[in-house]
Amino acid sequence: MPFGNSHNQLKMKFSSEQEYPDLSKHNNHMAKVLTPALYEKLRSKQTPSGFTLDDVIQTGVDNPGHPFIMTVGCVAGDEETYEVFKELLDPIIQDRHGGYKPTDKHKTDLNPSNLKGGDDLDANYVLSSRVRTGRSICGFCLPPHCSRGERRAVEKLSVEALGALTGDLKGKYYALKNMTEAEQQQLIDDHFLFDKPVSPLLLASGMARDWPDARGIWHNDNKTFLVWVNEEDHLRVISMQKGGNMKEVFNRFCTGLTKIEELFKNKGHAFMWNEHLGYVLTCPSNLGTGLRAGVHVKLPNLSKYRQFEEILKRLRLQKRGTGGVDTAAVGGVFDISNADRLGFSEVELVQMVVDGVKLLIVMEKRLEKGQAVEDLMPAQK
Amino acid sequence: MASSFARILSSKRKVGILSLVGAGSLTVGFFLNREQHVNAGAHVRRIYPASAEYPDLRKHNNCMASHLTPAVYAKLCDKTTPNGYTLDLAIQTGVDNPGHPFIKTVGMVAGDEESYEVFADIFNSVIKERHNGYDPCNMKHPTDLDSSKIRGGQFDVKYVLSSRVRTGRSIRGLSLPPACTRAERREVERVVIDALAGLKGDLAGKYYSLTLMNEQEQQQLIDDHFLFDKPVSPLLTCAGMARDWPDARGIWHNNEKTFLVWVNEEDHTRVISMEKGGNMKRVFERFCKGLQEVERLIQEKGWEFMWNEHLGYILTCPSNLGTGLRAGVHVTLPRLSKDPRFPKILDNLRLQKRGTGGVDTAAVGNTFDISNLDRLGQSEVQLVQTVIDGVNYLIECEKKLERGQDIKIPAPISQFK
Repeated sequence: MPFGNSHNQLKMKFSSEQEYPDLSKHNNHMAKVLTPALYEKLRSKQTPSGFTLDDVIQTGVDNPGHPFIMTVGCVAGDEETYEVFKELLDPIIQDRHGGYKPTDKHKTDLNPSNLKGGDDLDANYVLSSRVRTGRSICGFCLPPHCSRGERRAVEKLSVEALGALTGDLKGKYYALKNMTEAEQQQLIDDHFLFDKPVSPLLLASGMARDWPDARGIWHNDNKTFLVWVNEEDHLRVISMQKGGNMKEVFNRFCTGLTKIEELFKNKGHAFMWNEHLGYVLTCPSNLGTGLRAGVHVKLPNLSKYRQFEEILKRLRLQKRGTGGVDTAAVGGVFDISNADRLGFSEVELVQMVVDGVKLLIVMEKRLEKGQAVEDLMPAQK
Repeated sequence: MASSFARILSSKRKVGILSLVGAGSLTVGFFLNREQHVNAGAHVRRIYPASAEYPDLRKHNNCMASHLTPAVYAKLCDKTTPNGYTLDLAIQTGVDNPGHPFIKTVGMVAGDEESYEVFADIFNSVIKERHNGYDPCNMKHPTDLDSSKIRGGQFDVKYVLSSRVRTGRSIRGLSLPPACTRAERREVERVVIDALAGLKGDLAGKYYSLTLMNEQEQQQLIDDHFLFDKPVSPLLTCAGMARDWPDARGIWHNNEKTFLVWVNEEDHTRVISMEKGGNMKRVFERFCKGLQEVERLIQEKGWEFMWNEHLGYILTCPSNLGTGLRAGVHVTLPRLSKDPRFPKILDNLRLQKRGTGGVDTAAVGNTFDISNLDRLGQSEVQLVQTVIDGVNYLIECEKKLERGQDIKIPAPISQFK
């Protein structure tokens, strides 16, 4: 919750033991790392905007997790959260991001010409290609903590910056609260519209407060470049198109992002970034690149192959249903994307997807013909 | 015994002092305005003016939205209660839940006792609207738990299937569910179950903590219709009441299963007396006896219920102020319920109907939950008498219709006696 820290002062009257959450039934990254000693150490701290330890962990306390899926269980309320509460967040980041150490440096590479290939994924299998990331704007609190005034300022700034895009990036902003019925239906049909979050993971962190105030969707006239404003992050940036030309999608992604970043800088607001964590976002799982590059691809045979999961793991890819995270695959069509976010650059991650999906399609074709695929098993990347 | 919690002033006459303490903290807040202080007391960090923070309430239909003008918002948005509760926190549920075109929700909650004082400018307007003109500034609320004053109250079981009286009580000195810390919530639990353990005779019972309950206990409580779930209504979750679920939540009931206390659900406690059949008088007797016993037991340990002479018993939702009392029956009225005059009859008797699943449910068959509309401005005895007299009238109507006789809409009874 926004505004000051007076509530935390109240808590300090009680002992750490009295306040320590009951995490005995919990299975998330936060619950694995937090100890009574660490809680005692960090409970009196706050970021300059007043975000406290309990604010960070509330979502993880309220959502014990799932026996099979390990959720993160904490969020950042502002850029400084990652510094002030680093003793809690560094181990979580390390566990979530494959051993990424507090001393590691993250490489940012948004130069699309460094991507090799990717323009020829077989369109008989690849239905669509998409790259998304998030960006946070320096000087503003993040969605769990921002006030209405801040959120509106983020919206205003974003609309101004996006309004300056030209050429094939020129587009229009649709505020959620001002949308007409017709506009809403069109955005739904285009699969652009986002809803008020229903996941308790998000609701418990306070991200849905004041919905739909200062939330909206911007997209270019061609409907290939899309920005969500004030959903789970300040900005979510999406480049997408039908077919398998991931290279083109990534080109547009990088060009668009770079332009947007420049426009924001011109207004005196850089994106939150540092050389250790890369781009800073609300959820620690999205640090680094915040990038998910993926395709919707038909793999009816390969998905039934006993080694499917292992192949994906070795290729550093993950599968989801075509409705996104937490959905099931329909008709043998999967959403295949990079599993990593931090510790690899954007180019490296998209390269993994391009190379990986190519291999998956080769294997799918073999299985179609009843041929073996064991010789194609990849090594662990 | 935990001593880090604020101890209660032993006399209700001293309640006014708490309000002054609140005002003192506001002065501190004023001086610290617009500054960031790590060790500050009550202050509100503010970068944007009130006009930039004012919520968009144009599509809203709740009591808060009807009365929170930009001027009122600007006046109150920098204030905090001594515990640090703010206006934005109080109204968040009303901002997040625009309401329904037909049902007008309250749209704000209290985080502590002092909320009603510090944010009186908005709470009083909301209270006035919700409680049909009751003005906390110049009216006093009567509390009367002397069940011997009840006349009648034993209904014909051919019509009345069950009788129930519920209310809530808050423990003075501890924040309310929207704002309480885990330690405070645990202390509420400790204080309450300690007192309940002192109940004897037909009130002797047992506590079932939500975190420690086993499968059988859970199933039994479900079968008894005693178990409450984590709130799913966004009206409640947006107010922060479900934080840390199920920590420090539980259910206590007596061995006879006629007296039940919910701990740390929507209020510190919800107290329910119920039994099958139509003996509302006995249900209310047990209700009063149980409440008074619990009050005596907590006072022995130096605690008190939140109460003042204008607002009566202080609860989380302004709609439950005063008595916090809902006395009702499950009653079968096959003919009367189909009569077009039924709603008007209920209205004039100051009763409301709900489905037998409680608020927001539909009636099943011809059985309705009929209870008092009012909470504030009349005493417990008055409200229960209203229900008794009203249900008697409804049953008379049903009998008349059975005999083919016509019924009359009764004259409206007055709201504030």
